[in-house]
Amino acid sequence: MTAELGHFALVLALSVALVQATIPLLGAWRGDQGWIALARPAAVVQCLLIVIAFGALMHAYITSDFSVLNVATNSHSAKPLLYKISGVWGNHEGSLLLWLLILVLFGAAVAVFGGNLPAPFRARVLSVQAMIAVGFLAFVLFTSNPFERLLPAPLDGRGLNPLLQDPGLAFHPPFLYLGYVGFSMAFSFAVAALIEGRVDAAWARWVRPWTLAAWCFLTTGIALGSWWAYYELGWGGWWFWDPVENASFMPWLAGTALLHSAVVVEKRDSLKNWTVLLAIVTFSLSLLGTFLVRSGVLTSVHAFATDPARGIFILAFLITVIAGSLTLYAIRAPAMKGGGLFAPVSREGGLVLNNLLLSTACATVLLGTLYPLFLDAVTGEKITVGPPYFNATFGPLMLPALIAMAVGPMLHWKRADLTGAIQRLKFAIVAAMAALFVTLVMAHDGPWLAIPGIALGVWMIAAALEEAAYRLRLFRAPAGESLRRLLRSPRSAWGTTFAHAGAGMVIIGIVASSAWQVEKLQIMRTGDVVAVGDFSFKFVGASPFRGPNYSAVSGTFQVSRNGNDFATLKPESRNYQDPPMETTEAAIRTGWGGDLYAVIGDPTGDGAWSTRFYHKPMIHWIWMGALIMMLGGLVSLSDRRHRVGAPARRGAAGRPLNVAKSPAGE
Amino acid sequence: MTRKRRRIYVIGGFMLIFATAAALVLTAFEENIVFFYSPTDLAQKLKQEPFPPNRRLRIGGLVEEGSIRRAPDGLTVEFRVTDTVEVISVRFRGITPDIFGEGQGVVAEGSMAADGVFVASEVLAKHDETYMPKEVAEALKKAGQWQGEKNEQRTE
Repeated sequence: MTAELGHFALVLALSVALVQATIPLLGAWRGDQGWIALARPAAVVQCLLIVIAFGALMHAYITSDFSVLNVATNSHSAKPLLYKISGVWGNHEGSLLLWLLILVLFGAAVAVFGGNLPAPFRARVLSVQAMIAVGFLAFVLFTSNPFERLLPAPLDGRGLNPLLQDPGLAFHPPFLYLGYVGFSMAFSFAVAALIEGRVDAAWARWVRPWTLAAWCFLTTGIALGSWWAYYELGWGGWWFWDPVENASFMPWLAGTALLHSAVVVEKRDSLKNWTVLLAIVTFSLSLLGTFLVRSGVLTSVHAFATDPARGIFILAFLITVIAGSLTLYAIRAPAMKGGGLFAPVSREGGLVLNNLLLSTACATVLLGTLYPLFLDAVTGEKITVGPPYFNATFGPLMLPALIAMAVGPMLHWKRADLTGAIQRLKFAIVAAMAALFVTLVMAHDGPWLAIPGIALGVWMIAAALEEAAYRLRLFRAPAGESLRRLLRSPRSAWGTTFAHAGAGMVIIGIVASSAWQVEKLQIMRTGDVVAVGDFSFKFVGASPFRGPNYSAVSGTFQVSRNGNDFATLKPESRNYQDPPMETTEAAIRTGWGGDLYAVIGDPTGDGAWSTRFYHKPMIHWIWMGALIMMLGGLVSLSDRRHRVGAPARRGAAGRPLNVAKSPAGE
Repeated sequence: MTRKRRRIYVIGGFMLIFATAAALVLTAFEENIVFFYSPTDLAQKLKQEPFPPNRRLRIGGLVEEGSIRRAPDGLTVEFRVTDTVEVISVRFRGITPDIFGEGQGVVAEGSMAADGVFVASEVLAKHDETYMPKEVAEALKKAGQWQGEKNEQRTE
């Protein structure tokens, strides 16, 4: 019964979405207030309906209602509650329903909190949102109905892939989707602005918080995904340049560019066409990500759908969205004139450089991801474009962006003095030199590229801190003055500080953990000792045990450093029954200096076990850095400018610009 | 600074970055593309000309029943990969992935050694056991041994 209710709610939601996609749009065009006013209640009702549908599916999972095909295929009564809940989106149909849920939540948020948007504009935004919802609702209802019944109902379900039964992965898809779908807001705002034919500073101010929120979610989602791969897949890697990872990384790169170019539109009324284009591209890449992952083009843990009809549907939808929005862009964009002028060396110039580099880097990732698919489709040849390609293209392109990233926030708007900006970063330069020297002494046998790599990370962190200190006039003005500035300086500036410093930490983590990793692979018997860097691992023994829905072997390793006990690691090798599958649970001990990572493999049959250990220096900085970047986004999001006084538009020329003359302005 | 000059700077900068990117992409493609071969493809290819040493490639198929041998060091494993027509011998040192086993689909990346054995540096395990690796499924189809969906789901 609940399943039918859910199905019915989806059908109703589709009809509401159809109304919302057309009537408010026409109303805004005809100037009909009644039709315009329809947008808000429609968005809220649509949201409620999808919430009901999602709730119905969750109910079916929690109560293990195996008469629902989706539950029977993907759940099992013996599964822990958390994984019954996360099982809702651990499959194709349910994950699409989650996509929809997030889409309509964002739509309802605009309807409820978008009080400061002009009514016709809001109506257009909500109509565009509803168009996306129509596409996805039709997809769910016609090709991937999560509420399909299975009669007679089986006694028990087939279970969820054990790799997915993990707390990290329980929350990875929702965050990723919050990011993907969050960019639909930037898209809807961009398309609505193109329909109106007007992009101005006010528009950028409305778009930025949504983009920031989506960016924060996507950052979290990607970080969770890579962390999961690190501790769950058992080979110590955290990023493989796998097409599925690239699918989430490309919208992140484009979204990061968008975040920065929107600042220029907001502050200087410039780069408008480019920003609108980026908004369209970012969401298109999110859709492409969904297509790549969901269509079964890529076969991996992520590809639930292997039905070609679904792939064709998403492809058609993707083409409609991209072609439609780009056509609109081609018609409207030439009429939008750029505003404020700026010198190449200026804050705007820096942000343009950031955008050029980020989008080019994104393009090389796109090329590397799609080229094998393209070649397969055209010639039938099967190739793989692996990490070496991405390291050789993405790396060199990001390098100047990372170096410049430290200087950018020090530049003035319109026209800046590069020498002066670099002089103000003298502490950061000293810190980077010191890091170079210290690393050289500590790691005198290389690898040589890693040494400037560490210095780069230190440079980024130190420059971010020095920029903040400069903004506060720390040590240059009385402490009271600095304190006053601390309290008054805009949150978005702090967001920049956090995000840039976080990026520096990520770089240090990547460089250190890949350059100075120690890996040991061997056969061990009880009592054997193996040295891994400064640590020695003693094999105490292996014993079988039973978990809630698996049986397992757990190995115990006593780790000591310089003769002192340091940690006990207990990696597991698990055998799940439903569905039957073996998984490796690495044991990880995170310390200040890095991670110790232990895996127990197969028994050799004569009482010995294959084991693998790693010491990965500073690897946790990667996720800590990502967390700090995300926090930076949140801090920036909390800037009161985004909430209060998001300005009403004045006249066709846009509102008077508040041109910030000092670097403290941002 | 006129609008025109600014545009020239931006376009110039873009061209520079674009040219760099294009150069990087082309060289990277030249060196880093890894081709996939089924055992039959590989046998044909080897008849024509041997691969240059250290040329990275991927192979895939089913692990032949009864072919897995573990060397005395306990870490090196040797097995044969088949598409039911041709067979490749593979050597791999390391912990085999969780789902590795006889009769299972496998994809390995590595290079041909002088003794005609494929030395794998990586045995891929990113697919879960309900799905056959896509390349393997197609290789089997080509060899005329594909039995449709039945193979895709492990029958318990």
